[in-house]
Amino acid sequence: MAARIEGTPLVRLDRISKHFGVGETRVDALRDVSLEVHPRQVVALLGPSGSGKTTLLNVIGCILAPTSGAMEIDGEIVVRDGRWQRGDLRRLRLDKIGFIFQSHNLLPFLDATDNVAVVLKLAGFGMAAARKRAVALLDYLEVGHRKSAAPAQLSGGEAQRVAIARALANRPRIILADEPTAALDSKRAQIVMDLLRKLAAEQNAAIIAVTHDEKIFDRFDHIFQLRDGRLDEQGNGKNGAIEMAQA
Amino acid sequence: MNLAYRDIRHNLGRFLLTCLGLGLLLGVVLAMIGIYRGLVVDALTIARAPAVDLWVVEANTRGPFAEASRIPGDTREAISRIAGVAAAGSITYQTVEAQYRGTKLRLYVIGFEPTRPGGPPEVAQGRGIARSHYEMVADRTAGLELGDRIQLGRSTFTVIGLTQHQVNSGGDPAVYITLPDAQKLQFDLAPAAARVQVARGTGGAARDTVNAVVARVQRNASADAVAETVRRWKHLAAITQEEQELILSRSLVDRARRQIGLFTSLLLVVSAVIIALIIYTMTMEKLKQIATLKLIGAPDRTIIGMIVQQALALGFIGFAFGAILIVNIKDYFPRRVVLEPDNVLVLGLIVFAVCLLSSGLGVRAALRVDPATALGG
Repeated sequence: MAARIEGTPLVRLDRISKHFGVGETRVDALRDVSLEVHPRQVVALLGPSGSGKTTLLNVIGCILAPTSGAMEIDGEIVVRDGRWQRGDLRRLRLDKIGFIFQSHNLLPFLDATDNVAVVLKLAGFGMAAARKRAVALLDYLEVGHRKSAAPAQLSGGEAQRVAIARALANRPRIILADEPTAALDSKRAQIVMDLLRKLAAEQNAAIIAVTHDEKIFDRFDHIFQLRDGRLDEQGNGKNGAIEMAQA
Repeated sequence: MNLAYRDIRHNLGRFLLTCLGLGLLLGVVLAMIGIYRGLVVDALTIARAPAVDLWVVEANTRGPFAEASRIPGDTREAISRIAGVAAAGSITYQTVEAQYRGTKLRLYVIGFEPTRPGGPPEVAQGRGIARSHYEMVADRTAGLELGDRIQLGRSTFTVIGLTQHQVNSGGDPAVYITLPDAQKLQFDLAPAAARVQVARGTGGAARDTVNAVVARVQRNASADAVAETVRRWKHLAAITQEEQELILSRSLVDRARRQIGLFTSLLLVVSAVIIALIIYTMTMEKLKQIATLKLIGAPDRTIIGMIVQQALALGFIGFAFGAILIVNIKDYFPRRVVLEPDNVLVLGLIVFAVCLLSSGLGVRAALRVDPATALGG
């Protein structure tokens, strides 16, 4: 089932399937998944373990090639008939996609500023410009006072904000978040989600998050359920969450 | 932003400890190379000391170092009269053990004629031998000091000069005494044994015997031509300086040289394996970080650069540790450790190459990391 259509989608999946193995060992991780996510939308992917959430995130993140189907990222056809249509996927990820990880995955040998600046440096920024923008982002996310701290010295909430700053550093159109609030208490989880919503609106970006955190369901525009590799829309906003809870 | 440097700085203590461990290993490799070089240099030292062109020894021998050689003392007169010979001197070699301050001292005694070729190349402290008897110039490694008196055989000698780095192929320090004193030490029998010989009617062996005659040839003469002339006398053999050095390095110390050479090669292989394992382990510990870097868009060259730079830093710092260690302790080795700049440079290049090759294992592991592993728990 496709999401609500509003102009050109940032992510468009058309009958994406992915299977692993052959014969008796074949596992269908994704089956004919179609999805459109538009700018400013914040979308949740739910599902039990093994339902294909991470596989879908990997496909949208251009890390894993689907077996069949087509995918467009920001209007560019990236996959057709299960084949990559673009050679430099690394550059595509760098320019268009930001990642937020469950355990923040900050590089332990860089301080908060450089953890953000590293993305800009990879994108071709000069060191001074990269650090300047990194500090501005950290200030915006209210962790500027911890800009020189090593990841090990940051609290869970601070580390996740630095990780969000890193995901946003190169102004990506799509942010993929894998359990972004898993390591946070409910108050901080809601603050982080509010922040992501605000950033999506300000940067005209789309956010696709895998989550199990029921406390934040009401922060999503759309909630999709993955069951045995198939995608169903459960609803939107708080109603979606209620439907999920009843299911 | 240098990721390799930042990662090293993050785990500086651990990295330096690893470098120190590697440095000790490379220090051992350097020490073995130094011992190997020292063995060869020591073997040639005594042969080079008289600075001569020709060695005249007993016929059918390759003396006086590789084989025993005894020739009459008046041979020197005959040699010095050959056309092309500038100077000649008789010389004896023998190893003795003497008592010195309550300890046993093993010495390589060289008897020479003070006004002729065969003496010490230079006296570092004190003076050369000026009297006919009972004076000695000793090498510093013997532990003797100027003015010390030491008994060799039935005579007591006074140390009047010290030399530097004059040892034989076995590492025994050389001492120089006059030829008559050396002949007395080598060929005179103890009184009781001499009386037995007289009673048997043999009268004892002639004392005027030497181990070799060394000769310098005139500037316009050829050592080979003079050697050829000497070889016409069937009771003598002549060896040029070049041949003598070849005998010493290829024959006398060959087995020890090959043994140490093989051991050094094994140590180098062990070092290469250890460097490879260290770099591989360092990479494996960073797989999640490498996956994250790949996911956020780092190109392969950034990842490869980080691993290779760390490997080279490890090798360079480890090698520096090892070199500094050995340079500072080499003089405490019982035998000479010779570290020539070219040996150090060659080992440095080998370590550089080993680090590059070893980092290949880590690079391979890093390049195979799936960026997807950064996602999920």
